[in-house]
Amino acid sequence: MMSRRRFVTGAAAGSALLGLGISADSSFAVTLTRQPVTTLRGSSFDIDIGYKMVNFTGRERPATTINGSVPGPILRWREGDRVTLRVTNHLAHDSSIHWHGMILDARMDGVPGISFDGIKPGETFTYQFDVRQNGTFWYHSHSGFQEQTGMYGAIVIDPAKPDPVSYDRDYVIVLSDWSDEKPERIYAKLKKQSDYYNFRERTAADLWRDISDKGVGQTRRDRAMWNQMRMSDRDLSDVSAYTYTFLMNGATPEDGWLGLFEQGEKVRLRFINAAAMTIYDVRIPGLKMKVVAADGQNIEPVSIDEFRIGVAETYDVIVEPSADSAYTIFAQSIDRTGYARGILSPDADWSAEVPQLDPPALLGHRDMGMGGMGGMDHDVGGMDHSQHDMSKMSGMREMPRKSGRAPDPAGYGSNREITHIASEFGPHVDMRASTPQDGLSDPGIGLRDHQRLYGRRVLTYADIRNLGRTLDPRDPEREIELHLTGNMNRYMWSMNGIKFADADLLRLSYGERVRINLVNDTMMTHPIHLHGMWSELETGDPDYMPRKHTVIVQPGSKISYLVTADAMGGWAYHCHLLYHMPGMFREVRVS
Amino acid sequence: MAIRSAAKIVFAATLIVTSCLSVAENARAATEDDPLLLMGILDQLELRDAAGDSNLSWDGQGWFGKDLRKLWFKTEGERAGGSTTEAELQFLYSKAIAKYWELQIGVRHDFKPSPSRSWAAIGIQGLAPYFFETDIALFIGESGRTALRLESEYELLLTQRLILTPDIEVNFYGQDDTDLGLGSGLSDLEVGLRLRYEIRREFAPYIGVNWTKLFGNTADFARFAGEDTSEAQLVIGLRAWF
Repeated sequence: MMSRRRFVTGAAAGSALLGLGISADSSFAVTLTRQPVTTLRGSSFDIDIGYKMVNFTGRERPATTINGSVPGPILRWREGDRVTLRVTNHLAHDSSIHWHGMILDARMDGVPGISFDGIKPGETFTYQFDVRQNGTFWYHSHSGFQEQTGMYGAIVIDPAKPDPVSYDRDYVIVLSDWSDEKPERIYAKLKKQSDYYNFRERTAADLWRDISDKGVGQTRRDRAMWNQMRMSDRDLSDVSAYTYTFLMNGATPEDGWLGLFEQGEKVRLRFINAAAMTIYDVRIPGLKMKVVAADGQNIEPVSIDEFRIGVAETYDVIVEPSADSAYTIFAQSIDRTGYARGILSPDADWSAEVPQLDPPALLGHRDMGMGGMGGMDHDVGGMDHSQHDMSKMSGMREMPRKSGRAPDPAGYGSNREITHIASEFGPHVDMRASTPQDGLSDPGIGLRDHQRLYGRRVLTYADIRNLGRTLDPRDPEREIELHLTGNMNRYMWSMNGIKFADADLLRLSYGERVRINLVNDTMMTHPIHLHGMWSELETGDPDYMPRKHTVIVQPGSKISYLVTADAMGGWAYHCHLLYHMPGMFREVRVS
Repeated sequence: MAIRSAAKIVFAATLIVTSCLSVAENARAATEDDPLLLMGILDQLELRDAAGDSNLSWDGQGWFGKDLRKLWFKTEGERAGGSTTEAELQFLYSKAIAKYWELQIGVRHDFKPSPSRSWAAIGIQGLAPYFFETDIALFIGESGRTALRLESEYELLLTQRLILTPDIEVNFYGQDDTDLGLGSGLSDLEVGLRLRYEIRREFAPYIGVNWTKLFGNTADFARFAGEDTSEAQLVIGLRAWF
């Protein structure tokens, strides 16, 4: 892995052509990944989806692009406008664009098979909708794995009323991940060897160190659970820097994205995680970040040193850099195999020190849903759960979970006991959390000790308080418990043990207020995205619930949010990790 | 009889897997979650140092199918002195029955040594607790012949790419097969230790030792033919998959 990265560094001089309308055959003698991403303003846009040769690693590779750049152009809209976007597909395959986080008519949401039929090769689809919100959002392909190969970009919507956030300058920071491998190939490799990209597995040296530190007996006891479960405590990210180059606004870590500022300016950074698979931990050494918006929604400012941004989430932060220094915007991947990098500087020629990657975390009992005193539901023998025979799998449908009483009041989450239904048992599910902990105040795996170790304050969902009052003060009428499930070894993902292809619609009644209680029965961190409606996190503050479009569900944990089913039609609801999405997906139907 | 019914099973299995291909695509909103994949693993392709001569030995398997249902093939054999002395091919329908286990049913044919033998095969393959890759199979042949094979392998990572693999294989037979010099009961044990370096995940040269020992009647047959009943060999080889 390291040797490849060094090679990349050596070849970085030619690493680019991105961010500009330079065609593949132009010479790229100059490093251009630092070029600013184009911004398109107004209410009427022509968007072209096409192929483009790109070079992030020293090798030219085809990308699928929007208007010829990776990332695509920043679309800058005004709240209250009606926008028209004529999207033409020049690819050989169907394509689509989904406007992530936008509240709009279901037919404009851009999900093939749910919102519309997709955009056929050579065809133009016209999206048109009223912009009824403001803030930082993004857009991306919702077809195949096109997002991995470059189809994503930022949306910034300027508010109709005066912005409660004051700033002198703003930058969009699109984080993403690029691979020279075809995404279909990455997916096939994960199916064949799920730890293909993990070069941090436990070795004999770890065993030796454990025995030296703890003795044979204790080591054996500590390892027994992992050995019996046949799981790895090093499984933080399915796809690592072995194949990924992490990008910030299309710039490689070697080049680094550059943002300039002047003395005394308040700079607003609009972070968007447009990666296919990479969850990032972001910090700017030497600067406090004041988080002012989450998923495009204004929040009460929170001053922090570091935040985790799940795939598809957005965070806006205000920084006040001092003019005598340059700063590194450092976004390290959750598995600590690499980082995306940018520089905030008063001078284009200044450089800033790049920090070391933090050490990678090890998964623990908590991440397996063994937070309390209970054990985890796993088989320690060879065969498990013969009573849940796979013959029942065909045509298997979700059984409603028993609901004995009215849901708990809004804002405080669910106190209902977690149950595992029959469809969660079988060869397609390798783990069930028995005592999932509340994921709300958990900074997440690898960040939990940062306050203690480094004195960095890390943002948690519990810190987020919406700036405006909760729009729908009703208590939930009912509660839906949905489990995120999978078999890591087989690389199969599902909800409630049922993959999308076999799943029924998740039906909501128009106008109802419903609680969704997500339980993560896996050891992965899943960012779950509900299209079309807000996911209002139950943070214990019912009057100011944060409104999110994408919610991180921590490993072996649970989290709950309220949804007002105020948008008719079919909506996608899924894990935003691209290679989990094919299975861990539901269609929500509001009628 | 057994062979014929095994052939029917394989035929049925082929139909099932093929039908997976034509499942209606109702999941257009997401990419196909369970694509039809093909994997081939050449676990061992090695030269074994044998009394001044080198034998070429192979052990491989592969599958074609989806997450929970696959067609599986396995092969192993050896060439010595320019001719194939052992060659075996299995063709199995494989179905996931537990989170780490597959149930496999099909046929096995031993082309060499002569005379050839055919078997119906049933077994389980998967990952046992403590990460032992395990394959246990029962074979039922003509004339009431039966055989049982146990295989297990462990991968000890010395580094992320340097991997030490002890493995063991044991064969039992239900009755004597004098034509092939196989005796009933515990027949042979093979223990190996191989150290490979994964240049890529898919491509790893290795060196190692392989030790075989014959037992019971099989050992007696060997002694009668003037052959050794145990042998230790140095091996050099390649592990590769796609």
